[in-house]
Amino acid sequence: MKLKSSWLLMLLVSFVLFLAACSGDGGQKSDEGASDETESTEESTEESSEEAEESASGEKVLVFARGGDSESLDPGSTTDGESSRVTKQILEGLLEFDKESFELKPALAKDWEVSDDGLTYTFYLEEGVTFHDGTPFNAEAVKINFERWADPEHEYAFADDGFVYSMYGTMFGGYKGDEGHVIEEINVINDYEIEFKLSQPLGFFLQNLGMSYFAITSPAALEEYGPDISEHPVGTGPFKFVSWTKNDSIVLEKFEDYRVEGLPKLDKVIFQVIPDPSARLIALRSGEVDIMDDLNPDDAAVVEGEDGLTLLTRAENNFGYVGMNTEKPPLDKKEVRQAIRYAIDKQAIADALYAGYATTSKNPLPPVYLGYNDDVEDYEYNPEKAKELLAEAGLADGFDIELVMSPTSRPYMPDPQTVAEIVQNNLAEIGVNVTISSHEWAPYLELTQNGETELFILGWSGTNGDPDYFLSSLLHSSNKGSSNYTYYENPEVDELLDRAKRAVDQDERADLYSQAQEIINDDSPMATLVHSTPVLAISDNVINYVPHPSTSESLAEVDLAN
Amino acid sequence: MFAYVMRRLLMLIPVLFGMTLITFSIVHLIPGNPAKVILGEGAPAQAIADLEERMGLNEPLYVQYGNYIMGLLQGDLGTSLKSKGEIAQEIWPHLAATMELTFFAMLFAVIIGVNAGIISAWKQNSWFDFLAMVFALIGVSMPVFWLALMEQWIFAQELGWLPAYGRQDSRDPIAEITGFYVLDSLIHLDFERTITILKHLVLPSIALGTIPMAIIARMTRSSMLEVMKSDYIRTVRAKGGGQFLVIYKHALKNATIPVLTVIGLQTGVLLGGAILTETIFSWPGIGRYVYEAISFRDYPVIQSGILVIAFMFVIINLIVDILYKKIDPRIKY
Repeated sequence: MKLKSSWLLMLLVSFVLFLAACSGDGGQKSDEGASDETESTEESTEESSEEAEESASGEKVLVFARGGDSESLDPGSTTDGESSRVTKQILEGLLEFDKESFELKPALAKDWEVSDDGLTYTFYLEEGVTFHDGTPFNAEAVKINFERWADPEHEYAFADDGFVYSMYGTMFGGYKGDEGHVIEEINVINDYEIEFKLSQPLGFFLQNLGMSYFAITSPAALEEYGPDISEHPVGTGPFKFVSWTKNDSIVLEKFEDYRVEGLPKLDKVIFQVIPDPSARLIALRSGEVDIMDDLNPDDAAVVEGEDGLTLLTRAENNFGYVGMNTEKPPLDKKEVRQAIRYAIDKQAIADALYAGYATTSKNPLPPVYLGYNDDVEDYEYNPEKAKELLAEAGLADGFDIELVMSPTSRPYMPDPQTVAEIVQNNLAEIGVNVTISSHEWAPYLELTQNGETELFILGWSGTNGDPDYFLSSLLHSSNKGSSNYTYYENPEVDELLDRAKRAVDQDERADLYSQAQEIINDDSPMATLVHSTPVLAISDNVINYVPHPSTSESLAEVDLAN
Repeated sequence: MFAYVMRRLLMLIPVLFGMTLITFSIVHLIPGNPAKVILGEGAPAQAIADLEERMGLNEPLYVQYGNYIMGLLQGDLGTSLKSKGEIAQEIWPHLAATMELTFFAMLFAVIIGVNAGIISAWKQNSWFDFLAMVFALIGVSMPVFWLALMEQWIFAQELGWLPAYGRQDSRDPIAEITGFYVLDSLIHLDFERTITILKHLVLPSIALGTIPMAIIARMTRSSMLEVMKSDYIRTVRAKGGGQFLVIYKHALKNATIPVLTVIGLQTGVLLGGAILTETIFSWPGIGRYVYEAISFRDYPVIQSGILVIAFMFVIINLIVDILYKKIDPRIKY
């Protein structure tokens, strides 16, 4: 080894690195204007973010920072929120949700009719709309997409490549050939008129069509890409897919022929993965990103008072709870479950852990939903009453019980560990001795599904704005072993939920759900805790950004100030 | 020498084979299954069973293992259960990202560490020596993620000198050629971009390289001290050789072997996945790739990812062994 020369080489390299590291000006200012480090020596936030938004041609580029990468860009075959967040910009469905609620608006369907018996839905489609690849959007395209989801044998179902359309199965009662599957027939009347014939009425059929999972992909693209469609999405949305660097970023660009005149306002949108929430906030402050989601509630107060940043909230769309396995004694006794509800101090949990961004929950349903029953009696913190109830059940001396949980942060519960500890303390006061057992997320789901639990901590987030998704999934006896983790069974509730599912009149449905909540509140299979309000932060340069409760909002109307 | 290298390369095969066996067993012994994670909390039991069937999770373990090995021999690292993409294609950009970061982190670690160690040994018990060793101790004790966050806070947020995250500016992505962005920007002759990419490398390299630097510094120092006591060094001095010549030409050469060992091991460790640094700096490296696969129970990715990392580690050790021989011709293989 020639030492002198290698030593000199090392010196040279370190000198170059030193230059690169310390040069405040970064050499020549890049043509593209994109490197905001060149603004280094001055106050970074405002100026650098303004510089950074424009590249050479004065392009408007928005960077949206999120905590994880998308799993797939084929909307039907994924349930992941980070995937929907992106596909929402690229693909559209027949209907869409309003900006801040789950109210339905026309999208690719400009109008529709429902038959009186609720079995036939006719949609009148927008005309002159094209997919990003230039092929025309029409009724045939819609039919192909729905059939692809319903039928594993369909040429574009890609079942052998592991594609599963689980959202379709959950929301439409199963797949082709299943007893509960509601879509019997899809008829193309003409290029812009399509008819869905159902085997039984479904109260939330239209709500389902607003979900981002049922967006329409270009059949030509399905033919061209086959299973690679998950990495090459082609839709009718305001933005076209450009590239995807895994675990790093997804680049989208403006679709010039978008069906709505004047939209989108942005030229490019980039979804950037920044896993650590502190790092994400630093990136927002330094101007390297424009929007960040999943702000830690503890940081909300700081961001609120901060120049250059704006704090935003999403409407409540979830709830967290302590579940009680109704098949395991002593939880099989109603009095015991009610006692546990009285013993837990929900307000303390809401205050301690969500920095004020949560409200206590009395129903397993967010308050803005259809049929939410505000008249049910809340189980307010009352340890005395709890002890009385335990005595009634013959357990005045208390008992031992296990509480399982997973420390993974969830939207309805950023810190399950602390919640578990608070519950443990609360229950100790009424003589119930809780041992906490912690599990990793994946095995935790298995445990709870198999009913191998006594007390457990979980939650539920809404998808289509319909109460059925909460109440049936969690509390209908047919879902024991899948999403009914409390193994709750009450034939009266089952009947109310079934009738509400099949009713088409929304007022009738509201009434049935109200009644169901009364019974559920009395039976108390779960101690509902809180509804959380997710918070996020944006740079002041961002205009017209409205966060949606579903976590996937369209960026078509968003603009950047200069 | 050639025969030696060939022998070592042949030995790779049983080592890797053993690795696949171990990884496969561990991965399949962990509770939780990918079908449930993919389909999420609300999935009906039937959908989960169907997916398990399609994923081949119901086949007996030895069949699953056999399929995996057959694929490996054909260069097929398997298909990710989560993204359904081919792992061989997916893994390369992640590996390139980690390799680039590791290179610069080790460059930092070696330049600073070796020189600090040499000077400490030379000026043994001086203030420099004392301070250098204290810093080395602090460096080795400091949690990487804390150092990373502090760097971000100070240099990106407060001072605005360096970027907070990533390999490049999100708004202006590079057109990849090799996957090594520094190289790619040079190929494009886009020197402003090269500077930007290097700037993005500074903070993560320092965060990642601090522990190896500390270890290398201490090892260099102790190795040099030992060498400098030896007779032949006394002879060189007696012959009138200047201090500098003595240290850098004669002493260092002889002190290098243990230091080289440490450098090799540290490089292997860094390549194995600097998961904490990658998380804080959003570096799309192989550490995060495999870690997320573990949470997801993406068995093929876990198996192939660990295999690739083990392979890199073995290659680096081989290179180190070859370098030994170059440094010290007395070593016979």
